[in-house]
Amino acid sequence: MTFKTSGTRSSMTFECETGNYHTFCPISCVSWLYQKIEDSFFLVIGTKTCGYFLQNAMGVMIFAEPRYAMAELEEGDISAQLNDYEELKRLCIQIKRDRNPSVIFWIGTCTTEIIKMDLEGIAPKLESEISVPIVVARANGLDYAFTQGEDTVLAAMAQRCPRPNKSFQYDNLGSKINHEPLIIFGSLPNIVTKQLTLELERQGVTVSGWLPSSSYSELPNLEEGNFVVGVNPFLSRTATTLMRRRKTKLISAPFPIGPDGTRVWIEKICKVLNIMPTGLEKREVSVWNSLKEYTDLIKGSSVFFMGDNLLEVSLARFLIRAGMIVYEIGIPYMDKRYQKAELDLLKKTCYDMNVLIPKIVEKPDNYNQLDRIRDLKPDLVITGMAHANPLEARNINTKWSVEFTFASIHGFSNSKDILELVTRPLRRNQSLSNLGFI
Amino acid sequence: MKLAYWMYAGPAHIGTLRVASSFKNVHAIMHAPLGDDYFMKSMLERERNFTPVTASVVDRHVLARGSQQKVINNINRKDKEEKPDLFVLTPTCTSSILQEDLKNFVDRAALDTSADVLLADVNHYRVNELQASDRTLMQIISFYLEKEKKINNFDLIKTANPSVNIIGMISLGFHNYHDLSELKRLFFDLNIEINLIIPDSMFVHDIKKIPKAWFNFVPYREVGLLSADYLKQKFDMPFIDIIPMGITQITKMVEAIQQLLFSCGQEVDYSRYIDRQNRFISQSAWFSRSIDCQNLTCKKAVVFGDATHSSAMTRVLSKEMGIKVIWAGTYCLNDAEWFQQEVAYYCDQIVISDDYTLIADLIAKVEPDAIFGTQMERHIGKRLGIPCGVISSPVHIQNFPLSYKPFLGYEGTNQIADLVYNSFTLGMEDHLLEVFGGHDTSQVLSTRLSNDYSFSWTDEAQHELMKIPGFIRSKVKRNTEKFAYDNNYKNISLQVMYAAKEYIA
Repeated sequence: MTFKTSGTRSSMTFECETGNYHTFCPISCVSWLYQKIEDSFFLVIGTKTCGYFLQNAMGVMIFAEPRYAMAELEEGDISAQLNDYEELKRLCIQIKRDRNPSVIFWIGTCTTEIIKMDLEGIAPKLESEISVPIVVARANGLDYAFTQGEDTVLAAMAQRCPRPNKSFQYDNLGSKINHEPLIIFGSLPNIVTKQLTLELERQGVTVSGWLPSSSYSELPNLEEGNFVVGVNPFLSRTATTLMRRRKTKLISAPFPIGPDGTRVWIEKICKVLNIMPTGLEKREVSVWNSLKEYTDLIKGSSVFFMGDNLLEVSLARFLIRAGMIVYEIGIPYMDKRYQKAELDLLKKTCYDMNVLIPKIVEKPDNYNQLDRIRDLKPDLVITGMAHANPLEARNINTKWSVEFTFASIHGFSNSKDILELVTRPLRRNQSLSNLGFI
Repeated sequence: MKLAYWMYAGPAHIGTLRVASSFKNVHAIMHAPLGDDYFMKSMLERERNFTPVTASVVDRHVLARGSQQKVINNINRKDKEEKPDLFVLTPTCTSSILQEDLKNFVDRAALDTSADVLLADVNHYRVNELQASDRTLMQIISFYLEKEKKINNFDLIKTANPSVNIIGMISLGFHNYHDLSELKRLFFDLNIEINLIIPDSMFVHDIKKIPKAWFNFVPYREVGLLSADYLKQKFDMPFIDIIPMGITQITKMVEAIQQLLFSCGQEVDYSRYIDRQNRFISQSAWFSRSIDCQNLTCKKAVVFGDATHSSAMTRVLSKEMGIKVIWAGTYCLNDAEWFQQEVAYYCDQIVISDDYTLIADLIAKVEPDAIFGTQMERHIGKRLGIPCGVISSPVHIQNFPLSYKPFLGYEGTNQIADLVYNSFTLGMEDHLLEVFGGHDTSQVLSTRLSNDYSFSWTDEAQHELMKIPGFIRSKVKRNTEKFAYDNNYKNISLQVMYAAKEYIA
C-alpha cells in the first residue's frame, strides 16, 4: 500500500494522453453563473444536444424557472436560410420583455463555431438596438472542458469592467486604502466570497471588488496597475485578459483550497502588497487540528484523480498534506504558467511529506486510466458519474468529481467540506463492511 | 431559432445509444465534441458495467483537417480492446453538420475490424430521441437479416409451439424492466414461448432467429413499430401492437393473440383465463366497483406523456374508473394522428405539443384534481398545488424504482390503480386540511428555546441572518449568541457570525 520511498521524485512529470475522457460540456457553467449573477440571463445558442445535457446535468434546478434558455438552432439556421441577426433579435426582445435582465450572456457552442455564426459581430449591434448589454462567451466542447466555461465567460466580462475616471484607492465606505487596489476573480457562492474577503481584511488587505460580483451592474472597477488574484485553477484566460487587455498585475499564488492553500494564498497577496501577515500559521494549525477526525481516517490511503474539472492539482496538493498518497493527477488542461505557484506548492508539499510527486496526466485517456486503476487498486478514485457505479461494482471506492465544483471548498472554514466529501465513501463503507455481500 | 427552456424528448443520438447499449456486446462510437457523451445509463439505471459508448472527439484539429484517420483508429482500437460484435457509429447534432463522409469511414474501418460496423442513419435536425431509437433498431435488424439472406443461411422454420418476439425493450425506458417481467409472465400464462426479446440483452448474431417466431409483439408505440413493419413486409410476420395497459386493453390484446393463433391453425380459448385474471389477479376491476373508486367519479384529470402511456392512461381513467379527463395530450408529434384516434372518445380535448410552457398554462387553466404526466408535469403540479402521478418519460432516477412497479399486464393494473387512488386522496386530504384550517401541529413543532442572552446584531449580520432559511434560523441565532457570550463579544458582527459557524460546524 505505501508508496513512500526514502528519496523523492524531485521533478514533475507531465504526460499527455489521447483526450478520450468524460467531462461535462463547458456550457454547464451557466448553471452556477446564472445563480451567482442575479440580474443576468444566459442564452445558450446551440442544439438539442446542448439542451439535453443542460436539463439533465442540472437536475431539479431546471424546474425553478432558471434565468437561462436555449436558442435552439433549427435546420433553417444551419443552412443559413434564416438570418442570424433577425432570429437572435426576436429571441432577445422576448427575453427582455419576459425577464428584463441587466445583461444577456450569449453562450456560443460547437455548432455556432462550425457554422461560424458571428456572435461577437452581431452582439454590439443588437446591444445598441435593444439597449441591453450582450456579453459573448464561446464555451464550447471543441475547445474547452467543464469549468473552463466559466473562464470564457469571466474573460468576456473582464472587458466590461468599468474604467474609473479618478483613482479609486478608497474602500466602499470611502476611507482610503493603504495599498494598490486588489480585485479577486472567480465565481464563488456569496457566503464564500464574504469569508475570503474577511480573511483578507484581518490582514489589513482591502478587497476592492470581485469578478463576477453578485450583480452585473456592480462589476468592479479595473484600472491599469491594479492587482488581481484568482481563486480557481481554471481561470487562465481570465487571468490573461486581465493582464494583457486591462493591464493589471497578476498575483501568482496557489489557490485557497485547503488550509495550506488558503494560508499561502493570503501570504502571497500580503507579500505583494507589502503587508506583514499575522497569525496565519496559528490559524492554519488550528484548522488542521479541527480536521483531525477526518485526517486520521484518510492517512496513508491512496487516491487517483481521473481528471475532469481542473481542480485536481489543488485538491491533490491538499490531500497529500492531509496524509494521503496520490497516484495520478488526471487533468483536462494544464496551464503551467497560471498554475505555477500551485505546482510549486505541490512539489514542496510532496517534499515535506516525503512522498513521490504524482505524475500529472493531461488530456487523459479514460480507458488507459481504468487499466491503471485495476493495477494500482487505489483506496479512492475521484471520477465522473459515467465511471462511478461501474467502479463501485468492482469494489473500488469512488467520489463523484462534480461535487467538488458545486460544494463550497474555498478558504479555511470550508476545508472540512472537502474532507467531508473525500471521506464519505470511506465512512459509508465502514458502516457497510460487516454485511458481507458488499 | 426556437427559445426553449426544456424538452420532452432528447436528441437523436440518445435514441441510437439507447438501442446500441441495450444489445449485448455492441459498442457505440459517437462522432462528437467533448462533453456530448453525457448519457445517463450508469446513473439512472445504476448500471454496474461500463456503458459501451466511446466518443471519437471532434476538436479544433478535426475542424481544421477533418477527422481523417481518427474515427477509423478509434473503431480499430475499440475492436481490439472490447471485441464487440458490432459498432454503431453515430454523429451528433454538431458533427452531422460537418458533413464528413462517415459512411466512408465506416466502410474502411469494417475492412480491418472483426466486428461489423454500421452508421446510424438518423437526421439530427428532423427526428428526436424516440424516432431515432425506432429507426436504429430497424436498421440493425435489417442489416443482419439482409446479411443472412446473402449467404442464404436462413432457418425460417417456425418454432414447434406458438412463439413471440417482444420488440422494443430498450435501456432508459420508463419502467421497462418491470414491464418486461410482466410480459414474460403473461406469455407464459398464455402458453406462448418467447422466441427473442429485442434488443434487451440480446446478441446481434441471434437476430437471424427472429423469423422463427410465429408473430411479433410491440408493447410501446415509440420503439419497435418500424422493425415490426419491416418484418411483416420481408418475412410475412404478423404483429400485434395493442398496448396491454389497463384491463380492457389487456383483454383486447389477448383476444387479438387468440385470433392470430387461430389463423395459424392453433385453436386456443383464452376467455376463461381473462375472466380469472380480471376477477382474482388484477384487483383493479374490483377496485372500480369499490366505494373508493366511486368517490372518484367525475373528478377532473389531465393526462400528458408519450403516445403509449398517455393514451393508455386516458383510457384507464375514463373507461375503467369513471374519471373525467378534461384533456389528454402527447409530445410525440409524429404520432399525433394515431393518438387522436385512440383517445377521441375518452377526453374532452386533445393537446399535441412539445412546449412545456403551453402544457403548464393549460393545466393552470383547467385546474384539474390530479395530473398524470411526466416529471415536468409533476413539477408544474407542485407549483400549482395539484397532485401528480408520473406515468411517462422523461424520467428521473426515482422512475427507476428498485421495487416491482410494472405499468403493463395484470400487475400493472394494480400499480396504476394505486397510483391513481393515491394521487387523488392526497389531493382530497390536502383540501380537507385547508378547509379545516390546516395541521395544528406546526405550532408545537417549532419550539423556540428562548435564551437569556441579549446581543445587538450589526445590520450586516442581521441581514446575513435573514438569508438563512427560516426553519434553522433561530437555531443559528441561538448558537451564534451562545458563541458570542462564551467568547465575550459585545455585539455580533459578520466576523463573529462566521467564527461561530466555523467553531460549531
